[in-house]
Amino acid sequence: MNSGTPSSSAAGAGSADSTAPRRNSKRPKYSRFTQQELPACKPILTPKWVIGTFLLVSVIFIPIGVVSLFASRDVVEIVDRYETDCIPEALRNDKVGFIQSNQNKTCQRTLRVPKNMKQPIYVYYQLDNFYQNHRRYVKSRSDQQLRNNGSLQDTSPCKPEDNTASGPIVPCGLIAWSLFNDTYGFTRNNQQLNVNKRDISWKSDREHKFGKNVFPRNFQNGTLKGGATLKPDVPLSEQEDLIVWMRTAALPTFRKLYGKIEVDLQRDDVINVTLENNYNTYSFSGKKKLVLSTTSWLGGKNDFVGIAYLTVGGLCFFLALVFLLIYLIKPRQLGDPSYLSWNRNPSGH
Amino acid sequence: MMKGSQQQWPLLVPPPRTPGKEELPIDIDSSIPVSSMSKPYSDSQIEMSGDFVRNPSSHSIQSKSSSTHSIKGVSFREGHDLNPVSYGSRGASLGSNPVRYGSRGASSGGFTSSYKEINDEDARLVYVNDPGRTNQQRFKFAGNSIRTSKYSILTFLPRNLFEQFHRIAYIYFLVIAILNQLPQLAVFGREASILPLAMVLFVTAVKDAYEDYRRHRSDRIENNRLASVLVNGEYEDKKWKDICVGEVIKVSGNQTLPCDMVLLSTSDATGVAYVQTTNLDGESNLKTRYAKQETQMRTPVVGNIGGLLIKCEKPNRNIYGFQANMEIDGKRISLGPSNIILRGCELKNTDWVVGVAVYAGKETKAMLNNAGAPSKRSRLEKRMNKEIIILSIFLVALCTVVSICHGAWLRRHREELYLMQFYRKYDYSEPEVKKYEYYGWGMEIFFVFLMSVIVFQVMIPISLYISVELVRIGQAYFMIRDDRMFDKSTNSRFQCRALNINEDLGQIKYVFSDKTGTLTENKMEFQCASVGGVDYDNGKDISTEDWQTGYSVQEYQGESPDEQALAYAAASYGFMLVERSSGHIVIDIQGKRQRFNVLGLHEFDSDRKRMSVIVGCPDQTVKVFVKGADTTMFKVIDKSLNLNMVNATESHLHSYSSKGLRTLVIGMRELSTSEFEQWQSSYESASTALMGRAKLLRKVANNVENNLKLLGASGIEDKLQQGVPEAIESLRTAGIKVWVLTGDKQETAISIGYSSKLLTSKMTQIVINNNSKDSCRKNLDDALQLYKKLSNVSHSNDGGHGAGTNQLALIIDGTSLVYILETELEEKLFELASKCTAVLCCRVAPLQKAGIVALIKNRTDDMTLAIGDGANDVSMIQKADVGIGISGQEGRQAVMASDFSMGQFRFLVPLLLIHGHWNYQRISYMILYNFYRNVVLVFVLFWYVLFTGFTLTTAITDWSSVLYSVIYTSLPTIVVGILDKDLGRGTLLQYPQLYGAGQRGESYNGKLFWVTILDTMWQSVAAFFIPLAAYWDSTVGVSALGDLWILAVVILVNIHLAMDVIRWYTITHIAIWGSILATFICVMIIDALPFLPGYWAFFMIAKTKLFWVCLLGIVVAGMVPRFVVKVFVQHCKPNDIHIAREAEKFGNLRETNAETEMNPISDLPRSTATATT
Repeated sequence: MNSGTPSSSAAGAGSADSTAPRRNSKRPKYSRFTQQELPACKPILTPKWVIGTFLLVSVIFIPIGVVSLFASRDVVEIVDRYETDCIPEALRNDKVGFIQSNQNKTCQRTLRVPKNMKQPIYVYYQLDNFYQNHRRYVKSRSDQQLRNNGSLQDTSPCKPEDNTASGPIVPCGLIAWSLFNDTYGFTRNNQQLNVNKRDISWKSDREHKFGKNVFPRNFQNGTLKGGATLKPDVPLSEQEDLIVWMRTAALPTFRKLYGKIEVDLQRDDVINVTLENNYNTYSFSGKKKLVLSTTSWLGGKNDFVGIAYLTVGGLCFFLALVFLLIYLIKPRQLGDPSYLSWNRNPSGH
Repeated sequence: MMKGSQQQWPLLVPPPRTPGKEELPIDIDSSIPVSSMSKPYSDSQIEMSGDFVRNPSSHSIQSKSSSTHSIKGVSFREGHDLNPVSYGSRGASLGSNPVRYGSRGASSGGFTSSYKEINDEDARLVYVNDPGRTNQQRFKFAGNSIRTSKYSILTFLPRNLFEQFHRIAYIYFLVIAILNQLPQLAVFGREASILPLAMVLFVTAVKDAYEDYRRHRSDRIENNRLASVLVNGEYEDKKWKDICVGEVIKVSGNQTLPCDMVLLSTSDATGVAYVQTTNLDGESNLKTRYAKQETQMRTPVVGNIGGLLIKCEKPNRNIYGFQANMEIDGKRISLGPSNIILRGCELKNTDWVVGVAVYAGKETKAMLNNAGAPSKRSRLEKRMNKEIIILSIFLVALCTVVSICHGAWLRRHREELYLMQFYRKYDYSEPEVKKYEYYGWGMEIFFVFLMSVIVFQVMIPISLYISVELVRIGQAYFMIRDDRMFDKSTNSRFQCRALNINEDLGQIKYVFSDKTGTLTENKMEFQCASVGGVDYDNGKDISTEDWQTGYSVQEYQGESPDEQALAYAAASYGFMLVERSSGHIVIDIQGKRQRFNVLGLHEFDSDRKRMSVIVGCPDQTVKVFVKGADTTMFKVIDKSLNLNMVNATESHLHSYSSKGLRTLVIGMRELSTSEFEQWQSSYESASTALMGRAKLLRKVANNVENNLKLLGASGIEDKLQQGVPEAIESLRTAGIKVWVLTGDKQETAISIGYSSKLLTSKMTQIVINNNSKDSCRKNLDDALQLYKKLSNVSHSNDGGHGAGTNQLALIIDGTSLVYILETELEEKLFELASKCTAVLCCRVAPLQKAGIVALIKNRTDDMTLAIGDGANDVSMIQKADVGIGISGQEGRQAVMASDFSMGQFRFLVPLLLIHGHWNYQRISYMILYNFYRNVVLVFVLFWYVLFTGFTLTTAITDWSSVLYSVIYTSLPTIVVGILDKDLGRGTLLQYPQLYGAGQRGESYNGKLFWVTILDTMWQSVAAFFIPLAAYWDSTVGVSALGDLWILAVVILVNIHLAMDVIRWYTITHIAIWGSILATFICVMIIDALPFLPGYWAFFMIAKTKLFWVCLLGIVVAGMVPRFVVKVFVQHCKPNDIHIAREAEKFGNLRETNAETEMNPISDLPRSTATATT
């Protein structure tokens, strides 16, 4: 609308631009951010980096693998599977019947120590095929009730082991109900080996998760007994077997700490185990094992980590060699424009 | 305006525009500038208003008021995008956008149907100055208060939720959350299952609330503005919101109009008022509006206004149309769009106007045009949706596997379920033994199926939709802020109007460009003229005599750039347009003022392709002057008068148009008194006719436009925009086919083609220019033959190397297209056109433009982009996959219909080659990565399910699996999606070919999808089975192992991203490493809550070395295959992007970088840019 006087030039059109006032220019404010020109590091996988990376991985992994493998080999582990052997041969046709009966279930086992074992020697029981991670099972617990004396009634997630006629069950739920109740006693050369059952559970659990003033009530009073009973006058925070059991296992095959033997065992020692075979795994053909094991910095006896690390480390070393060969046999100058598709194949476009 | 000049009349007063001419099947010659007189002849008392009536349905207005077309509420846009810079030659109507009133063109069919007496039922009756009576009708008219806000405090929650749940993603969340609330299916804790939905709803609600708050505020300001309203015979100030229909309002100069009003009188004696409609349609030039003489005379006496009754059509959104009549003293006069002024316009150059409100508030045309931006789906998104369907099939498959396995497990253990400690099928606690949560075999399987859907819900990456939206907002932000896409001359930024097709910009294969105003500046410059058979090049001395006869006629209000150019040229030769009023023009001819009476006007129409004006000259003669396209003009010129001159002019015309000039032919005839009287009576009856007025007027025009004496011709240059040849060159190198579609004639088009480097001398031109279907067929066949021959020759010559030497260019005109489009010949045209390097379509009608776009779109998968600036490009812009509007000279209709708008054609280069490329790479990677990210978690969950008796226990806590896509892994992908760049600007501009990666869909395709899924499988195996094997036969608890798994997955997923990041900014580091850290912190917090079963698990397991050894092992083992493949491909089968990236890093490009920076395509050198800000 605002233009120069028509007489100014034949190309008056062009002059409008300059005469128009430059009010509030909308030019975007310049900043390196808005122009996407922020300083940046642009790593590129050059042959040096590639081979270096592979070598670095193998340099780290192979030693770790070796160390882990040695650690695992150093661990001495005695595993004794006893669920079938501990049933009198005559009754093995009806294992469930036997385990549900009131017969004497004491069972003697003899273990030979293959190597010297340094204390502490951990005593575990191992269950196979026991789905502690089954949805119906995992959920059947009341963490409120375990912690807090005031939450006795908080049994809603505990079905079907929530209430009895005489009030709420403490600790309620399937997990507590099915507490493992086999017991082990050890003798070496007719001398009792003490099993320390203190501090087998997590300190955090004893202090914060299981109440010091929560006592078992109405526990295992139902028609169907699932497992161990608890002493009613011991607070839950001191019922360490329960605390261990309540840490539900991740996998259907699991070990739980039973106790610690705090003396060294010598090679070829013979250990007699007096075992109360009470726990019913027969109804679902679960295995039971008694495990005595030392530990290493990496945990128990498990070669997997060592082998896996050696494999990955070895593979990376091999890959370093392969890429070295590739780079030597078929070198390519990085960023050479002649490799661009339109330069390689001009008729392509 | 025009201060200091003796002129009181705006040069630029275009009449109301008539959009929607897409309906015309006939091509429109845009080389013919059309001028018009914007006013009916008040002195001759001819009523013309009915001509304004348009069929509202034929409109293509997509506009909405400028303040609201921000991209879906992104708040960094600053309201309007007007063009405050004005041009001398600015004009809204071009030849390609003809204005027809006076006589109507080919659309008379549509016209007659739309022109009808306003039905009483459809009419709104407005009693002037009697709002009480006006509003006492069947329907209450809307008040003038407006509400653009959507919610009030009360309605916010329900309405906002309702609107949010329109999105399928939210419904999915909702269904899953509801499923989870059923007691049998409660997989997740109640809070955890609602969290993701709540989070998304909350974020969106906050955003909506903030936007609405801003709207409320602006509404309040708007509603409380004051206007002067006639109450009891005096003008009083009244708030806008209190104005009602029927009230008489007085508006002073420079004020904004509060509602749509019919003009009653103005401060100008002739009843003229000027309004600026920038707020309405973005056109910054002034438009004239008129008060009817009948009311103009009576208004000064206030009491006289009453008693008028206006009967007008119902509110509609057509801002260029209005249909009404007014009863005054028992006489009925009709009102048209030139009698109404619309809300939002500004009154300019007029002291005051008085009008009566006819539409108020939400019924005003401005408010009715507040429609949303066009919604398109990007191609990547379509592909993504397809793959999401594949993922859903995966999901169903996984769920089926789990439920079937669970069924089998139950079957196998069915005898054992009674006593199993961990199953307990029966509840023995009551005296009566009941089944405990066991609903039978079939039901159990069904429940497990539903539960697995809940557990595996993240398989469908719903969060991806939200992240992609965020990333697109970020990309839009960068595009808008790009300094190189800011047009200084129009002061306009790049604009994203559609927010969901950013990445399509990286895959364009065809660009369809308008010519005038898009490739060229649409700033016309008079170059040369042929007068009386003599060629006058610019600068030659032209004799006064010739000029007077030739050009005085052109000196009325120039409303098109062509006329502007002519008026300026004439002025510089001493013929000054002094006054242009309703019925006359005054011209200062070398110091002597002369008055010409304008007696009649026949508007341009696409049938006649010419327009004429009947002028009463000072010497009392009456002359008809006609100007128009050469083709039609020579038909009506009496060649016998001066054959030599006609021939000379024709040859001049040819040379003008081959120089790329727009040509016009001017003819004249003197009318005898009888002829004039005859014309006048037929003109009067035609223009008052109620039916078929346009046809009648055309007939009148044809009767008078004949036997003309040729005066001469003019050549006007339409200058090419800056940087266009370079831009076209770049686009072509990038493998984008540029087609130019123009209304101009062939010679002009070809010459512009040459100057813009679209055509080169190396090309073989195929010209198709036919009048029948058969000849078209023959031509196409011949052309295909020619192509085969040429390609054979070049093959035999140098073994395929020389395909480039025999480039073809196809030039086809609109007439031929009429016979080709939508017939079986289309196939041939497509075959031919797709083989041509350049395609130029001239003399095409708007609808044909869309037809050509459809030709490509229907036959290929290639992405199309249409760019244009005028209303005639709207159909093409809407048809193409991506529509770009040039916010230039021709108003804003193209911009309103477009997905993106920008100031200059050359911005296409940074837009496509840089932003398009980046957007595409970013979004593609982001989609694949998000698929991977979610699927890897799902598979880790799935593997675990196999070890839980298929009962969907999750080792990973509910909270972690919910937070996974919200906190643990969401930010890095968004940051990388917004910021990462595969290549720098300089490289992308230097090698436009790199754009091909997007065209070929190299960054996201089926192959990559499946490779990603394979990689995902491996990584999930590594993440799951390494801890599984390492902790086999151990005392590890479910929560501890779950913590290990979630941490492993999060680290893996982030390292995976880190491996693919190309540019590491500080913020990238923060996002990636910060996410890992955040995950650790979250896991710690979750494990520090004593009421959760997993209390302290993380701290216990993190104390063991095995945990860390596992983590390291997982990350390395998980990444090795990907790393190997990546390195191998990069070395042995590098793609262009790899090479270019290396070159960028190692400096092979460095010396050339500086050069590209200076390239005109990349706009300003850095230093200038910083200096001006």
